[in-house]
Amino acid sequence: MNARVSGVLVNGALVAIAAFALFPLLWMLSVSFMQPGEASAFPPPILPAHATFANYRELFERAGMGRYLFNSLIVASAITTLSLLCNLAAGYAFAKLRFRGRDRLFKSLLVALLIPAQVAMIPLFLIMKSLHLVNSYGGVIVPALATMFGIYLVRQYARSIPQELIEAARIDGAGELRIFATIVLPLLKPIVATLAIFTFLSSWNDFMWPLIVLSDEAWQTAPVALAGLSREHVQDNELMMAGSVVTTLPVLALFLVLQRHYIQGLLLGSVKG
Amino acid sequence: MNENRAGWLLSAPALIVLGAFFFVPVLAAFALSLTDFDLYALADLHNLRFVWFGNYVDVLTRPLFWKSLVNTLYFVGVGVPLSIAASLGSAMLLDSQRARWKGFFRTALFAPVVTTVVAVAVIWRYLLHTRYGLINYTLAHFGIAPIDWLGDPHWSMPAIILFAVWKNFGYNMIILLAGLQSIPPDLYEAARIDGASATQQFRHITLPMLRPVLLLVSIITVSGYFQLFAEPYVMTQGDPLQSTVSVLYFMYEEGFKWWSLGRASAIAFLLFALILAATVLLQRFGRRGEMA
Amino acid sequence: MQAPVTIQSSGNVRQHAGLVGLMLGLAAALGGCAREPTDRVVLRMWGIGREAEVVPALLADFERLHPSIRVDVQALPLTGAHEKLLTAFAGDALPDLAQLGNTWLPEMAALGALSPLQPFVAASRVIQPADYFGGIWDTNVIDGELFGIPWYVDTRLAFYRKDILEAAGIPAPPRTWAEWSTALAAVKAHVGPERYAILLPLNEYEPLLNLAVQEADPLLKDNDTRGNFQSAGFRRAFAFYLDAFHKDWAPEMSATQISNVWDEFGAGFFSYFITGPWNVGEFKRRLPRRLQNDWATMPLPGPNGPGGAIAGGSSLVLFKQSKHPREVWQLIEFLSEPAQQLRFHELCGDLPPRRSSWADPALASDRYASAFREQLENAKPAPKVPEWERIAQQVRLASERAVRGHESPDIVLRDLDQRTDEILEKRRSMLAASKERK
Repeated sequence: MNARVSGVLVNGALVAIAAFALFPLLWMLSVSFMQPGEASAFPPPILPAHATFANYRELFERAGMGRYLFNSLIVASAITTLSLLCNLAAGYAFAKLRFRGRDRLFKSLLVALLIPAQVAMIPLFLIMKSLHLVNSYGGVIVPALATMFGIYLVRQYARSIPQELIEAARIDGAGELRIFATIVLPLLKPIVATLAIFTFLSSWNDFMWPLIVLSDEAWQTAPVALAGLSREHVQDNELMMAGSVVTTLPVLALFLVLQRHYIQGLLLGSVKG
Repeated sequence: MNENRAGWLLSAPALIVLGAFFFVPVLAAFALSLTDFDLYALADLHNLRFVWFGNYVDVLTRPLFWKSLVNTLYFVGVGVPLSIAASLGSAMLLDSQRARWKGFFRTALFAPVVTTVVAVAVIWRYLLHTRYGLINYTLAHFGIAPIDWLGDPHWSMPAIILFAVWKNFGYNMIILLAGLQSIPPDLYEAARIDGASATQQFRHITLPMLRPVLLLVSIITVSGYFQLFAEPYVMTQGDPLQSTVSVLYFMYEEGFKWWSLGRASAIAFLLFALILAATVLLQRFGRRGEMA
Repeated sequence: MQAPVTIQSSGNVRQHAGLVGLMLGLAAALGGCAREPTDRVVLRMWGIGREAEVVPALLADFERLHPSIRVDVQALPLTGAHEKLLTAFAGDALPDLAQLGNTWLPEMAALGALSPLQPFVAASRVIQPADYFGGIWDTNVIDGELFGIPWYVDTRLAFYRKDILEAAGIPAPPRTWAEWSTALAAVKAHVGPERYAILLPLNEYEPLLNLAVQEADPLLKDNDTRGNFQSAGFRRAFAFYLDAFHKDWAPEMSATQISNVWDEFGAGFFSYFITGPWNVGEFKRRLPRRLQNDWATMPLPGPNGPGGAIAGGSSLVLFKQSKHPREVWQLIEFLSEPAQQLRFHELCGDLPPRRSSWADPALASDRYASAFREQLENAKPAPKVPEWERIAQQVRLASERAVRGHESPDIVLRDLDQRTDEILEKRRSMLAASKERK
């Protein structure tokens, strides 16, 4: 097959798949600007006849989307910064520090990657209740402060830190914690960026646990509020699309800016380097 | 401070969190699954009774459990190969030397992965609408009668599979792309000189070299797909005729809708056993293939 | 990419620990402080659906009369409200008061979540039990204790398109099931294969249950511990319901598959719709002006004449967990005043549960409401078991199996009885145990 024909075929196929991937998102954007009721027509419209901000106004003024986005921001940011600390420390420890039972402990922790999180959710809810953390930011943040995936990722990366650097610092008389803070952490900067965006994205998009633990509207995150709105306003499709746009846009934008780091982390965690 | 103490100190916060908020609840869930915790026990703990493996027997004799299991296996059995095929196909297209604007395409194909499930499920619910949905509208141009995607029990799971594939294929695509890029080009050169066709190159070079990555991708996808929940929750609520009730959705309803926490915990453990079995089977299958 | 975390290079253990401590403290603070402290009493109220949207208008007046009380209303969607209430109970996160569907009252009472209200009522001048419709007040009394004050009543009626019926040759609304079948067949013949005569959403149990209670056979038997769905009465109601689908009078759809139920009613996609009083307000709001004279309400036809329906509606309940029971009672009294109930009706079409409110000319002469008034005197309560919501869902599933799954009604009803018996097993054993203890 000559180069030009195969070039057309390959790029044509890529365009088709990209259209398949992007069309629902673009259409979501389009419908969010349509007049209420306009999308329920046959044939289904692609572009709004008279674009309007009415759905967004209703979303923020009457449905209170601003509050939900704020909650999502607080929760995702808190989880990201706090879990970063825990995961970095533990990941380094498992990678570089020889302590008794380290390898056996790590192997048994790996089992956690196999257990579906939902198994723990029911008793976790009762534990949160006894800690009075139900229906508050804490209820969502506290259980997410450390993840096996995060520890695994950091460990993978930390193993590539040259042992000589650490040994040299030890010979110089530096304490273990000082080595961690002054030598290791700067070297871990790339993985910090990667883990940060990974954690932010997954905690922003997290749905099932916040659904269970946040019952009061005031504390709900955007995905949970959107699910509630979609059940209540099952008729107002244009409003729902506006809600979807507003919930998806922040993470999509963040991803576009930082995609290099996100993909790097994905590969690091999956392909044994 | 010596290395040993530092190691324990640095890993302590993470270990405490994982221990207290994951492992302890998992053990507690097992204990709960041995009781008949329900609405009456919620009112007054004295109503609680130990039923040992009664919940497991009860769940295993419930038709709805088996239905949810069949639904889940349908989703995994069709969704995983479809998803991986889509990912592999896209990865190969992106890896091709003829492809242009690779950065843009890679981002575009990955975008659905990053979106919030709830938000895009709302969109898809509308795209799948029987009368006003664009999917049926497009199919009509090919002369296909409108399909009642979310109302016909035969088409509801395919609808969910289509949605899940759309949402997730980008993720595995990136991993497979990395795998493809690590195959030495000399192998292909040598094969081409020997006169091998594109299909032969695919079967004898690409697939074998990708085997470990494919295995990894399969395990990730299978265990992820077994945990189907958000899509039925937002799109169909398990309907129609409970054809989209997955095992996890069944657990959620038992546990958080009706508060039969004992039974729900039993279901959760049965699901875990299932995922474990599937993963072990896949690994063994993969290893056997390697030795061949 | 700048790393978001930097630690001073002169760091020692104390600084490191201090930072960690600060972070943990912040985390704890986030968990602990759920509300900013105020010296006014803030009441948290949960409402469901449309009522939650309109009640703030009434609350503005309440807050003016009681300046030290502020009311925060949160709206729950109907499809998720039951879950949310139970989850909140389990998590000690219930509000001060809520709008509670009266079929959920036995459940919440069994959980011990509600405060008995008889002492409040005894001392009240606003709330007179005798003024309320008997069947409605009765739904709030569980085992002799009063747990809720009826807020509005809901009984299902048939809303219909007068113009389409006239064009199909039906001059007067049907009163019996036989007459209704004739009417539905005529409408279907008139509108053709693309449209339907009646909408019976397959994801709702209310249409079928409202038909079923018009028969004399009760839904549960043996002191509400076993299902009675294979009785002759239920079979007849079920047969009538299924007939509508078999004869193509009703589409095999759930409510979520109808893009917008008001638009479709306006477009004539269906001519009959069994729904409740809140839709009077919605129809007035959402249907185009030219159609406002073309729709009306009629009592549900029964086997031998207009029958009753389920005494639905919502009550206002006070949760035991509330720290402000007196203020909540003031709010309940306010919302129970006939004047407020009439305003509420104007806002959303919901019907008052008090006869004195109905005496007001605004309601007495309302042509849509009169059909409801007629049916309210014949309303019957649903079985008062905590498991009722779950059983109702099984009824809905049974109807879906028979319609979408094309299974035989005999098998479906036999399974329904079996499932119901399973659901009620705990109740049976608890009743037997308490009988032995006596």
